[in-house]
Amino acid sequence: MAVQRVAIVDYGMCNLDSVRRAFEEVGARPYVTDDPGDLDAADRIVLPGVGAFPDAMHNLRARGLDEALAKQVWEKGAPFLGVCLGMQLMAAVGQEVEPTEGLGWIDASCVRFVATETDRRVPHVGWNEVTPEAGSILFDGIPPGTDFYFVHSFHVVCATAEQVLATTPYCDGFVSAVRREQAFGVQFHPEKSQRWGLHLLRNFLAA
Amino acid sequence: MLKVRVIPTLLHKSFGLVKGVNFDSRRAVGSPMQAVKVYNLRNVDELVFLDVTATTEERGPDLELIDELADECFMPLAVGGGIRSVDDVRALLGVGADKVVIGTAALRTPDVVREAAERFGSQCVVVSIDTRDDQVCTKSGRVPTGRDPVDVALAVEELGAGEILLQSIEADGVMNGYDIETVARVSAAVSIPVIASGGAGTFAHMADVLRDGGASAVAAASMFHFTERTPMEAKHYLAEQGFPVRV
Repeated sequence: MAVQRVAIVDYGMCNLDSVRRAFEEVGARPYVTDDPGDLDAADRIVLPGVGAFPDAMHNLRARGLDEALAKQVWEKGAPFLGVCLGMQLMAAVGQEVEPTEGLGWIDASCVRFVATETDRRVPHVGWNEVTPEAGSILFDGIPPGTDFYFVHSFHVVCATAEQVLATTPYCDGFVSAVRREQAFGVQFHPEKSQRWGLHLLRNFLAA
Repeated sequence: MLKVRVIPTLLHKSFGLVKGVNFDSRRAVGSPMQAVKVYNLRNVDELVFLDVTATTEERGPDLELIDELADECFMPLAVGGGIRSVDDVRALLGVGADKVVIGTAALRTPDVVREAAERFGSQCVVVSIDTRDDQVCTKSGRVPTGRDPVDVALAVEELGAGEILLQSIEADGVMNGYDIETVARVSAAVSIPVIASGGAGTFAHMADVLRDGGASAVAAASMFHFTERTPMEAKHYLAEQGFPVRV
């Protein structure tokens, strides 16, 4: 297989370097860009990010990246992976700080965790189990219930089960991965989840 | 179920890693790159890297070094020491730190914590609270502030901190056990995770502070530097004691 060119979208929300390094490690040729025109050259697109939902959407729009991403992913069919905030932005609406329109690729909203008696600490920080839908390409070869690394206060709530790709037990359970066609989103950090995280990135390169 | 984390702490001074007693008399324990590579191979849950002389020497974080270390770190990396501004936070996140650990600045200029949390999210803002004689100290333990650890913990939670690294200066390096009482008081007061640090000498010490202190994670330095014990062995022990761990 030819070396995959992976565009890592820079919209001023950090943690790009870890994601770039992880894709290098699994044999892809990643490049970081904030230029919508650069996305044409990509075989695959990754939207990473940490930070607040409204700032992120504002930055994407200000650079014309929201439209460029939609064009690449939904007109040209580029495989897409949203990581953490990048997954949350795939939702229709985010409730962080103030209600904000997201990319709207997934019929979902992004809300803050509500602590429970057993899970009383927010943010949700650390390693927790991810149980994917059976037969998922993204989780191919990864044992169900494998621990991945999470660090987040908000999570996605899907309107229908159809776009739910994986769940994780915290605060009564939440959606830890989504899928719509060739667009995936993961709430955890594969780039920081060691062996199985890199395995998932390899799966994405093959998806 | 969310796992309890076992976190090796790397203390850095000028050109190498050090470890001391009571935040003092530090001796060299090797190169940071070597340590990061070993811990990466050993699959540790997370790493905390603290530049312990940055603030006292009035300089910022060593970005070049963090950049190199982060490139070898396929696990979460929290970096502290010398963070004075939101620009320092942005720069550290930019070179690959997953979280920043803010200490002295959290007390001296609390707006740094607020702004960092607003811009980059609470999840990447860890505040280090260093205690001695039941009061919080700054500048690597040198300056007592007269403030109670619980008051400071509640204040930084309100500012948007996502996690607290609670370090006992008295227990540091002595390997006689964590300051369970202070950990219990702080973790009962806040609803963000608390990492207990300072005093680990045995795996049983870790179990004690998780069970009786309510900590979400345990950090240790001397135990991993000066004894044969490894983070993975710690987790096997904790698993036997009934704690959820990633093994």
